[in-house]
Amino acid sequence: MKFTLSWLKVHLDTVATLDEIVATLTRIGLEVEGVDNPGARLVDFRVAKVLSAAPHPQADKLQVLSVDAGDGPMQVVCGAPNARAGLVGVFGMPGATVPANGMVLKVAEIRGVVSNGMMCSTRELELGDDHDGIIELAGDAPVGTSYPDYAGLNDPVIDISVTPNRQDCMGVRGIAHDLAAAGLGSLTMLYAGTVTGAGEGPEVRIDDPEGCPAFYAQGVTGVVNGEAPEWMRRRLIAVGQKPISALVDITNYVSIDLGRPLHVYDRAKLTGGLVARKAEGGEQVAALNGKTYTLEPGMTVIADDAGAQGIAGIIGGEHSSVGADTTDIVIECAYFEPSGIARTGQKLALTSDARQRFERGVDPDFVEGGLGIATQYVLDICGGAASEVTRAGEAQVPLRVGEYYAELTETLGGLVVAPERQKQILESLGFIVGIPRSEGPWQVSVPSWRRDIDGPADIVEEIIRIEGIDKVLPVPLPRLPGVARPTATPEQTRERRVRRAAAARGLNEAVTWSFVSEAEAAPFGGGAWSLANPISEDLKVMRPSLLPGLLSAAARNLKRGAGGVRLFEIGRRYLVDEEHATLGLVLAGERSARDWQSGKAQGFDAFDAKAEALALLAAAGAPVENLQIFGADGLWAGDAWHPGQSGTLRLGPKTVLAAFGILHPLTLRAFDLDGAVAAVELYLDAIPAKRTGTGFMRPAYAPPALQPVRRDFAFTVPEGLAADALVRAVRGADKAAITSARLFDLFERDGVRSMAIEVTLQPTDKSFTDEALKAIADKVVAAATKLGATLRG
Amino acid sequence: MATDLETLTSDLLGAVDAAATLDALDAVRVTALGKQGSITALLKTLGGMSPEERQVQGPLIQGVRESVTTAIAAKKDALDRAELDAKLARETLDMSLPAAAAPVGSIHPVSQVMDELAEIFADLGFAVATGPEIETQWYNFTALNMPATHPARAMHDTFYLQTPTHDTRHPHLRVVEEARVLRTHTSPVQIRAMQAAGGDKPIRIIAPGRTYRSDSDATHTPMFHQVEGLVIDKGITLGHLKWTLETFLKAFFERDDIVLRLRPSYFPFTEPSAEVDVGFSIVNGKRVIGGSEGWMEVLGSGMVHRVVLESGGYDPNEWQGFAFGCGIDRLAMLKYGMDDLRAFFDGDARWLKHYGFSALDVPTLSGGVGA
Repeated sequence: MKFTLSWLKVHLDTVATLDEIVATLTRIGLEVEGVDNPGARLVDFRVAKVLSAAPHPQADKLQVLSVDAGDGPMQVVCGAPNARAGLVGVFGMPGATVPANGMVLKVAEIRGVVSNGMMCSTRELELGDDHDGIIELAGDAPVGTSYPDYAGLNDPVIDISVTPNRQDCMGVRGIAHDLAAAGLGSLTMLYAGTVTGAGEGPEVRIDDPEGCPAFYAQGVTGVVNGEAPEWMRRRLIAVGQKPISALVDITNYVSIDLGRPLHVYDRAKLTGGLVARKAEGGEQVAALNGKTYTLEPGMTVIADDAGAQGIAGIIGGEHSSVGADTTDIVIECAYFEPSGIARTGQKLALTSDARQRFERGVDPDFVEGGLGIATQYVLDICGGAASEVTRAGEAQVPLRVGEYYAELTETLGGLVVAPERQKQILESLGFIVGIPRSEGPWQVSVPSWRRDIDGPADIVEEIIRIEGIDKVLPVPLPRLPGVARPTATPEQTRERRVRRAAAARGLNEAVTWSFVSEAEAAPFGGGAWSLANPISEDLKVMRPSLLPGLLSAAARNLKRGAGGVRLFEIGRRYLVDEEHATLGLVLAGERSARDWQSGKAQGFDAFDAKAEALALLAAAGAPVENLQIFGADGLWAGDAWHPGQSGTLRLGPKTVLAAFGILHPLTLRAFDLDGAVAAVELYLDAIPAKRTGTGFMRPAYAPPALQPVRRDFAFTVPEGLAADALVRAVRGADKAAITSARLFDLFERDGVRSMAIEVTLQPTDKSFTDEALKAIADKVVAAATKLGATLRG
Repeated sequence: MATDLETLTSDLLGAVDAAATLDALDAVRVTALGKQGSITALLKTLGGMSPEERQVQGPLIQGVRESVTTAIAAKKDALDRAELDAKLARETLDMSLPAAAAPVGSIHPVSQVMDELAEIFADLGFAVATGPEIETQWYNFTALNMPATHPARAMHDTFYLQTPTHDTRHPHLRVVEEARVLRTHTSPVQIRAMQAAGGDKPIRIIAPGRTYRSDSDATHTPMFHQVEGLVIDKGITLGHLKWTLETFLKAFFERDDIVLRLRPSYFPFTEPSAEVDVGFSIVNGKRVIGGSEGWMEVLGSGMVHRVVLESGGYDPNEWQGFAFGCGIDRLAMLKYGMDDLRAFFDGDARWLKHYGFSALDVPTLSGGVGA
């Protein structure tokens, strides 16, 4: 919301400086976003008269002018077609900076003729778009005076951000009212009487009393719709409104000045009377912004017998709009139901100054007053004769009286404000305060223009806002009694541990978008959730896996010349049932660069992924010893993984804790990657919670007194026997004696596969005898034989 | 006789000294102390001597044996050492050769700052709460006093979701009626935390997490991070809010000269509402939090609106509270000096290593929450 200082002073009688006003606005919640004085940029520009104009000897399109800018004739070269003797315009002195292009004017030769400055166009001074010629001022404009002074441009424009609750400050007068309450002067009188007209008022009725409770109208005949007066146009331009015609400008001016939107119809273009009614489905309106809108049933329109003439409270229709030839008009001043305006505006994706005000709720007690002021402006500016006022319906002005206790500023707001001061603040804001003689709550009546005030907390806010919220003093939050407990949940602690474990293992944590493209989601089962209004097709579906985002990031890194990429992310996957805490990890490019010790560069393989998966699962507190390996097929519908070099780690056949492996070449190709890329996805929310309640005490432990014994067994194994199955069988062969079994060699010769396993035996109270060792070895061989393995001789 | 012994001793010691190898030394040992050795021969003569003579000659001959034995042992040690030194000298490598480099991991600044926040607020008794990112409109708007036609809703640039297609894997899932949204702020966690607490217990939580607005330019990304704070108790006022934010920001920036400026503002879910500006000073042309050369908006806050308390199942006549919301990415930028928000979400390993943190930089109160 923009306004100028002089405009503010129409409503606020004040001696405060601009700085005081700006500081106060921000302090009371009307945050100043900027202050701009357009005149300040134009101090070196003067009103000047062209004394003579002669053709340039060297250039057809240029003229050589003699210009008087107050200091006698000066020679100026000018290319404007309208430059001529007698013209009074705006002259830029040498040293002046042209606002539009930042050029500093200096005395210069143009095609051999000296030019001592420049006659300017409106565009060059950023005062308008006109660049067809130089500015032409009134013939009697005082030559030599500063142009911004002459044009009244030394009027700072203040831009404030109005929060959605403050419709009353969508008008300059409302802002003045707040400033007056804050002690910066007094509010001027506003005359808002009904204009007594003659003759029957316009025919107006309401068929949609919910959407439009009140529709007042007044006709004016015999108007001349010329230009609005200079002061009005100047203010509108200053706040960024383009002057159009007197009638349109008047409605815009009243809207900004008083927060009261209006509409003016050309009576000659109306067929019959006006009605506020619900739109029919599919009904169309060609609006003033040049677009045609198709309406839905339930939207409120203003229509005549021919059809909709405007979308009520949002935008007028092109057909019945006023133009230069308009002579008879109908002025509409209505009250529209805010929620209806909001719904219609949202559905049509149509914002307008009128919608902004109506949907926030204009003052329902200012329908008659707003109409009177508008009609008076029309009569004053455009002439004509007013009709009587037609009043259809009535805007309800609910009497809103609430109970209020003065101690609330302290008990809610943390600020002690004397009751007399509270009363004074409220009254200066337009509240009516009734204080009982004896104990008891105050009765506070809310002004009609403060639709946002709803309950005592709002009243506290009003008082504190004006008194100064910055006066609230900090009060320590009491410490909670008892011993401090962990404030993180077990899930959060687990996430932190896994995150730091991954970083400690040399992985870089990334944060990637929660949304990916449909194509990127496809190999990972596709996205269950799509955005209805994505920013782009690349960010369209909620990721079903963390891998697509990491793969894209890995590809970008490799393109930038990274040798090896190790990225991980902890975040959520979005499945149809819910969101799942997940860790994703991608290893791409070189695992190790070529090196004087290890030779050639090495790529990643599936076991790098498996190692990360197991290490991070261990960090997360998963029972890594009990995990079983399954294939990764069936995890996702698409070709995510290399079918022969991927797997899942499960706790039992159904609970998948992690998937790992090399990604499918087709998937990699889609992400512009090649070579072997390893990846892991850890399903953090599938990891069973640690049992709690046992306290910090650990079970007693006594290290075994005797040395462990190691024995190696080499087996030839049948095709398809998984190493893990053999190792498990060996480990389980004698649970009392065998503490671990570990595969340490694997080779294939003449089509026969061999696996060598180191078995660790732990004696308890006495050393193993040869017989005992032989018995254990027999059990190991028997267990392996069950799987089809044969002890190698 | 004595002269003979002296000569023998000096000859043998000379031979020991002259032995250049262990083999040569052993040859000397055999010559002196072997079965046929000269000292062995002398020792054998003792048996044929008279007791008087033996008493004189015995110690002399033993003395010769001892001195030669000791000399041989010392020489052996010296030769051993020389051999080892030579071996080690042959093993000399160029110690300027590079050692195998382990990859260097890093923690993303957003995670680090979230951990810092959790640590600071843990000291004030705040637990960490979470909520879904795909939210219902009720939690994201309506429960927070933003009914469907509230003008503030339009200002949220909300992402709406299409209802998921019926999934055969989850036949029990009913098709939802109203479009879900990506939460536009972390405030819905307020409602969820209140509901979880049951309406009869005090609450102190922060809720960090991802939030979304359909906005993308130099300073806005469609996904960003916020932290919500909520305190519900009896007798909580704006004063407590101010103290909490002051304490938090001082601890976060580890500066005592943090100055807060409260400005009245409007959020549908708080009443009264305040924007919080933090004073900054200019150091080497950069804005640094602390001091009061200028003001920077960092937080939105206020006293929890009665409608919100009711939505969460708390009786507003009995309970009061405050809430605040703050951008985590922005906090990270202000503290650690990144200037491009979009780089946060690119996954550029160079950026991650430069602005990221070591796994060991765990924020603690004793060790400092900044790294």
